[in-house]
Amino acid sequence: MDSWEKSRFSLFSILNYTMFGLFTLLCIFPFYYLFINTISDNDLSSRGLILFFPEGIHFQNYLKVFHVQGLKLAMLVSVSRTVLGTILTVAASAFLGYLFTRSEMWGRKFWYRFLILTMYFNAGIIPWFITMKNLGLMNNFWAYILPGIVVPFNIILVKTFIESTPIALQESAQIDGAGYITIFYKIVMPLITPILATLAIFTAVGQWNSFTDTLFLVNDSKLFTLQFILYRYLNEANSLAEMMRNSTVGQVSLSQMPTPMTIQTTVTIIVVAPILLVYPFFQRFFVKGIMIGAVKG
Amino acid sequence: MPSEFVKIISPAKKSKRLRKSVKHSSYRLFFMALPFLILAFLFSYLPLYGWIYAFYDYSPALGISQSPYVGFKWFTTMVSNEMQRAEVIRVLRNTFGMNILGLMTSVFPVIFALFLVEIKSTWYKKMVQILTTLPNFISWVLVYAFVFMLFSTQSGFVNQVLMNVGWISEPINYLASDSYIWIKMTLLGLWKGLGWGAILYIAAIAGIDQELYEAAKVDGAGRFRLMRHVTVPGLIPTFFVLLLLSIAGFISAGFEQFYVFQNAINANDIEVLDLYVYNIGIANSSFSYSTAVSILKSLVSVVLLFIANRLSKMIRGETII
Repeated sequence: MDSWEKSRFSLFSILNYTMFGLFTLLCIFPFYYLFINTISDNDLSSRGLILFFPEGIHFQNYLKVFHVQGLKLAMLVSVSRTVLGTILTVAASAFLGYLFTRSEMWGRKFWYRFLILTMYFNAGIIPWFITMKNLGLMNNFWAYILPGIVVPFNIILVKTFIESTPIALQESAQIDGAGYITIFYKIVMPLITPILATLAIFTAVGQWNSFTDTLFLVNDSKLFTLQFILYRYLNEANSLAEMMRNSTVGQVSLSQMPTPMTIQTTVTIIVVAPILLVYPFFQRFFVKGIMIGAVKG
Repeated sequence: MPSEFVKIISPAKKSKRLRKSVKHSSYRLFFMALPFLILAFLFSYLPLYGWIYAFYDYSPALGISQSPYVGFKWFTTMVSNEMQRAEVIRVLRNTFGMNILGLMTSVFPVIFALFLVEIKSTWYKKMVQILTTLPNFISWVLVYAFVFMLFSTQSGFVNQVLMNVGWISEPINYLASDSYIWIKMTLLGLWKGLGWGAILYIAAIAGIDQELYEAAKVDGAGRFRLMRHVTVPGLIPTFFVLLLLSIAGFISAGFEQFYVFQNAINANDIEVLDLYVYNIGIANSSFSYSTAVSILKSLVSVVLLFIANRLSKMIRGETII
């Protein structure tokens, strides 16, 4: 313990603490900077005067942005794809993972390989796009859900996890006359909740963040997701101008009048907020998840 | 009652019946999995059929049955047509350039982990770990939004601060500029992935046998010696696995990042293979040619996978596939 006391205030330690402190600040500053700009005086903010602390705090931007055309609908689309996609993906991963632990399944080895193989090849963007089109998944909400239901990596994780649980539990249930579904539901599911929670969080974050499926497959504005809307707002002056016209109803002072920038910033904060809200609670799951994944990899 | 039942039927009959029921349940299990197998077929195997588009002069108006068959025409134009060859070489250079830069930064998570475990204060260590993994969980669109606001010319934080300090007199437009675009993209990738990438190494360090440290300390090793002779060798296997995995996926890495950051000014240097396929295929609807490029890309990634696998076998005696 002697060296510990000595090292505590050594030059190395000071440098080390400082470097990590700086990098940590660098990681969270953008979140903070955008947030203080959304709640500050819009005039000051548009002149770049809000740098470290908010000034003239108001919440008009958040109220205004909900009147922006299409944003509520996009929110609904994003939330529904996240909820539905997560439930279906996790349920399918759990069920399939379980089925593949049953050695009596017809052609088990073959079908397992059939699934795992899809991890290693990819037809490419264009053939995939044409297939999705032929399957009628252009401008279709199910395009967000169906392709992501069967994820080989999830199935590997669940299967491995089930194999590490005591098989005797399943056997004794079987002797008592339980069928496969009952065993899955009553015995296996409760045992594998930790891995299912991990998968759920990863899937939900992935669904929430997904952008390319909208980009490739959707041009119907009713199905736009928040990520896609945000991207458009950042790039298209026209849609922003239209938004401004729609959102500035009634009299507002200059300091609370939305500018293109405040709308962009506010939408950004709205898109990032769900992640910031769940993140502190699930961070340890994230960590555990990557560890379990790593053991397999 | 069950025991009575068993007694009545002869052993031969019993085993036959058992076999029958096993067979029955084995099909039942298969049929339960079937809907999911169909999904995998539809979304992973069926697209492979789309490769035939590369051998036709496909036009969406005519459909594949009416479109003329052209054989390897699209593959040969890629190399014989001078303009297209130059394009392909350009996007390959971008793909390899940015990915190699990305691979070079893969030592940073190791360094991050090495130094983080040297921090003695538990709450500080935890805080650093929690907050630095956050950027990994936001989409590239959000990263783009952050960069867009922080670096904007009129009101962005960076330009304002630099002008206040007096380092620059005119705001710099960082996004609409092609200088150092590879490095900018690499740095953004590093910002997003560093904390997360380090988690595995932190776990690996926790798994190193403590007796090794004790022994080395007894032999008089200091902090840096311990790092060099105990921790680093302990991390090398993990490092190689991750490196090999990233080599296999390297040619299809980063579509979203480069898509959101592309603009008229940096297009030349940021367009990677996948982005090129998207730009010519979906945005310009030249399906056949871009399918041909897609196929070549898939072949290259299979080759990369096998190379990575072979290397893994050589270095670690274990395969990654």
